[in-house]
Amino acid sequence: MSEHAHDHAHDHPHRHPPQPDHPEPASDYQLMGVALNELLIEKGVYTAAELRDRIADIESVEPETHGARVIAKAWADPDFKQLLLADGNAAITGLGLNPGYTVLTVLENRPKLHNVVVCTLCSCYPRTLLGRPPTWYKSGAYRSRLVREPRAVLREFGTDVPADVEVRVHDSNAELRYLVMPLRPAGTDGLSEEELAALITRDSMIGVAPPLEAQSQV
Amino acid sequence: MIPRFADGDWVRISLRTERRHHRVPAYAKGQVGVVERVCDDLFHPPEEIAFGDAGRWEHVYRVRLRQTDLWPEYGGPEHDCLELEIFEHWLEAADE
Repeated sequence: MSEHAHDHAHDHPHRHPPQPDHPEPASDYQLMGVALNELLIEKGVYTAAELRDRIADIESVEPETHGARVIAKAWADPDFKQLLLADGNAAITGLGLNPGYTVLTVLENRPKLHNVVVCTLCSCYPRTLLGRPPTWYKSGAYRSRLVREPRAVLREFGTDVPADVEVRVHDSNAELRYLVMPLRPAGTDGLSEEELAALITRDSMIGVAPPLEAQSQV
Repeated sequence: MIPRFADGDWVRISLRTERRHHRVPAYAKGQVGVVERVCDDLFHPPEEIAFGDAGRWEHVYRVRLRQTDLWPEYGGPEHDCLELEIFEHWLEAADE
């Protein structure tokens, strides 16, 4: 039984997709992407194994183990926080994390300031800290509506920002990548960095939701 | 390389058509705002690097726009704003 939706004789060199669980390309642009990838491998620019390793690298990044670690350290360590806000790349490199080829810019929420991030032109995202963006982040609706009616979009995420708090939308449209530092929840004074990190969700670092509440200690 | 604009300067994002790849969203073209910061690094203009031309470096600015300027029907508080990154060749000096 063929694994392929298409039907042709295998009398030519036939490559299998680097991610075999991907559906067959549905559009001309997807087909061009597949063709370009095959050509680059054929020309020796990179090998199929290198591509597979790269995909595995990208998929190994989780917001809980990367981005949340950075924010928890900033909550716990004022010197680190100062460095993180001034030079994000230097700060996370010091933690052994990879800034990639872009400039990390950390946006600190304050009692009267709520930051939220979107990429209206595509899906720019701090991938080396948060992994791959969620589907909604790449959707046309989020990308077009967040810049235009951010408060309504935030409400749909369950986040009601009071009128006396400024909403600041950051369009990640070019060279920088943004990570929101949410407000540290009340009642977390005695927590370790690891315990703090457990409260810091992906969505709180995009800016569409607050971090989790601390569990009350009984 | 000295940046043409400084933090706090009023700038207008050019209102022009560019057929090459560029990174200025249509909604921001023609808008007037304030330079929030001059980015520390220099970057290749997207119109050139997209075609493999890495000959020039340029300053990039984070520009702050008021939501009520961007969208007349905005309806939210006056202090809400939007920030985005604009290459120097897309900026003109402006008055408040």
